[in-house]
Amino acid sequence: MGLYSSYYTYGLSTFVTVVVALYLLFTGSGEAFNVGQFLEETSPYAWASTGIGLCIGLSVLGAGWGIFVTGASIIGGGVRAPRIRTKNLIRCIIGIVYSARMSPVPDTLLYTRENYFTGYALFWGGLTVGACNLLCGICVGIAGSTAALADAADPDLFVKILIVEVFGSILGLFGLIVGLLMVAQASEFTAAAPAAAVSPFVH
Amino acid sequence: MEALFFNVDSGFLEGIVRGYKAGLLTQNQYNNLTQCETIEDFRTQLSATDYGNFLANEPLPISTSTISDKATQVLVDQFNYLRSNAVEPLSKFLEYMTYAYMIDNVILIITGTLHGRNTNELLQRCHPLGVFDTMPALCVATNVEELYHTVLVETPLAPYFRDSVSAADLDDLNIEIIRNTLYKAYLEDFDAFCRTLGGPTAEIMHRILAFEADRRAINITINSFGTQLSKEQRAKLFPTIGRLFPEGNNALARADDIDQVRQACEPVAEYRAFFESGPAASRPNGARVGGSESTANLLGDLGDDLGGATAADLEDRFFVHEVHLNKLAFLQQFQYAVFYAYIKLKEQEIRSLTWIAECIAQNARDRIHDFIPTF
Repeated sequence: MGLYSSYYTYGLSTFVTVVVALYLLFTGSGEAFNVGQFLEETSPYAWASTGIGLCIGLSVLGAGWGIFVTGASIIGGGVRAPRIRTKNLIRCIIGIVYSARMSPVPDTLLYTRENYFTGYALFWGGLTVGACNLLCGICVGIAGSTAALADAADPDLFVKILIVEVFGSILGLFGLIVGLLMVAQASEFTAAAPAAAVSPFVH
Repeated sequence: MEALFFNVDSGFLEGIVRGYKAGLLTQNQYNNLTQCETIEDFRTQLSATDYGNFLANEPLPISTSTISDKATQVLVDQFNYLRSNAVEPLSKFLEYMTYAYMIDNVILIITGTLHGRNTNELLQRCHPLGVFDTMPALCVATNVEELYHTVLVETPLAPYFRDSVSAADLDDLNIEIIRNTLYKAYLEDFDAFCRTLGGPTAEIMHRILAFEADRRAINITINSFGTQLSKEQRAKLFPTIGRLFPEGNNALARADDIDQVRQACEPVAEYRAFFESGPAASRPNGARVGGSESTANLLGDLGDDLGGATAADLEDRFFVHEVHLNKLAFLQQFQYAVFYAYIKLKEQEIRSLTWIAECIAQNARDRIHDFIPTF
């Protein structure tokens, strides 16, 4: 099973996709697969909420991942060199900082639905920030683990490796900036003129 | 990718092992030790290192074998701590490391039993890292057939016996040949296991094990000059995972003297350096002051008939290279080779300590710097 698990994963999903596609095709309902209709009919609320959820979820995942990677090494290295405990815990905090930034923005925008752009912008902005924070958290975590062990061996190395970790934190910062740029363009959700909750594009 | 999940199971133990490594004796501490006049001074100096008061309860005068045994006990305690806290696959890796000692113990017991020695005495002389549950059962066997079947069923070494040695071989063949056959099977098995682990563990362990394999091949060749070991038998003892495999192994199998051994090792640059003459090139000794004299003594007596490389000198160069490879293992994080490398470095340190203690005890201060320091 171990050797062929990738065959099973890719093979099975491809097979199911092909069967469904051919079924739709041969029973004359090939038009049912309509990307444009899907994009028009899904609510911007759904997009926006998914984006916010992904942002917070992935950021927390990244922060947690980084913390456990660093923490395990601090515990191990701290047995012989207890001085490294407090200095190195600061590293874990850096990962959490960026996870809370996205949430204040959308809260004031979710009153009515209309603007597809807002929805899409929040979704992709949230995904960008979330993914960048995930990778930033992992990066800082791995670098922090090495730094904790290096600090245990030789105290002079602490500040030098801190600099390397700052570069890792910059990854999360870039993601945050790009996300903010995307969301800055998006206006609040405003009501369509008469019928508030229905998109004029839905038939 | 190994960095993502390594710390889940083994991050704590890696931190512990690196802490142990930081406690290995440094150059300064070795210098202090070599300047001790008596064993009591030696003990006082050691208590300031990571060894602490491990000799505190020994009555004077302390013999060097006591020092060696106690230091080995420190190592065994550390290893058992690591082993009790490890999960798969690290626990399997640590188990593989004990098989080498088990092979030595089993051969010791077999030899002792066949010569009718006392079983308790034999069990006491076994290396503590190679002890397994059913070891006393080996002493009970009265003849070879029983011994072979007991070993085959009860011990973790059974696969190595099954593949290479039969019951008839156990009393006909020289015991050393059995030891080397077992060790060859063990090295190949260990290398295959490391390869399944993948990542940096496989790379670093392969480098270390390949050197071990080549070292054994060269030693077997040199030690078999002038004995009745035929060339085919010799060739069967060479492990196949070394850098000298296959051309070097074939050349070593056909070699008749040291010059041909040197030629067999030509393709590998590091091994070429082992056979060169010249004292200062490859012997970083404990201190510069007495160093050059003692190495010149080692090489000067023998002249040039062996091309400048004596057996003892070659063995020292092997140790130096092994220490170098083991130190390199610590440069990478998130892999298991640090555990193997630490145990080997600690063993080397215990050998050095025993040497220094012996020189102090026998008052042979001119040779006190002939140990191999780790840092």
